[in-house]
Amino acid sequence: MVLLTLMAAITIGIVRLRNLFAVVVLGGIYSFLMASVLIVLDAVDVAMTEASVGAGISTVLMLGTLHLTKSEETVPTHTPILPLFVAVVTGAALIYGTFGLPPFGIADTPMHAGPGGDYLALSIPDTGVANVVTSVLSSYRGFDTLGETTVVFTAGIAVLLLLKRAIRPQSDK
Amino acid sequence: MMFAVAIIAVLLALTLTVWRALKGPTVFDRLLAANSVGTGAILLLALFGFMTGRPEFLDLGLTYVLLNIIGTLAVLKYFRYGSLAHGGEDEETET
Repeated sequence: MVLLTLMAAITIGIVRLRNLFAVVVLGGIYSFLMASVLIVLDAVDVAMTEASVGAGISTVLMLGTLHLTKSEETVPTHTPILPLFVAVVTGAALIYGTFGLPPFGIADTPMHAGPGGDYLALSIPDTGVANVVTSVLSSYRGFDTLGETTVVFTAGIAVLLLLKRAIRPQSDK
Repeated sequence: MMFAVAIIAVLLALTLTVWRALKGPTVFDRLLAANSVGTGAILLLALFGFMTGRPEFLDLGLTYVLLNIIGTLAVLKYFRYGSLAHGGEDEETET
């Protein structure tokens, strides 16, 4: 609860600030608070991803973008009525959608009626991995994960090569 | 009980650092606040792990610490050189 209040305060600060550098720093703080909330919700894997991607990589990417643009936000020229309307309507639709969800933590949802129970029962004897998410990801779907990793790795190499070429002429002069 | 009190204290510290991050007149105040929030999150992680009887959360906390340091160093390097691609081999001293 306290964490969510702090996150709301950070969000208001991000909206109000005009210095984009400070906004990037506040975004990192927001990600760390979000990771803490996810830990309290017992989703440690998601919290790990949130901390590394949200607070680490995206902060660095935002800084790289700031290097190419100005670091002060310009005053908007048009009125924010239409974006506000779209945001309010979308939020209302999402909140309306949550009324159709089953109560939190209930056991007999359709999600638990599928083959998930087999995984829960067979994970330890099949793979010996205690965390079921990990065993599904890297044992039952091992080749799929290997393919994903290969794609991401190739994309990373390509981006690195492109960035190297863009940076060379700058450092020569 | 002891862990709950410690968690409340850490939450209080987090509130103070977030207040500084929002109010901070210079960018460096905000940076230090961001670093402290990262540390507070790690402390919260460790305390919550011990409170719920799973001390293996400490490993995750160590990874968080590494990420926190790298992130802060990246931001500071950007602030110093204006670019993340700078190798740092030619040290210029003017600021």
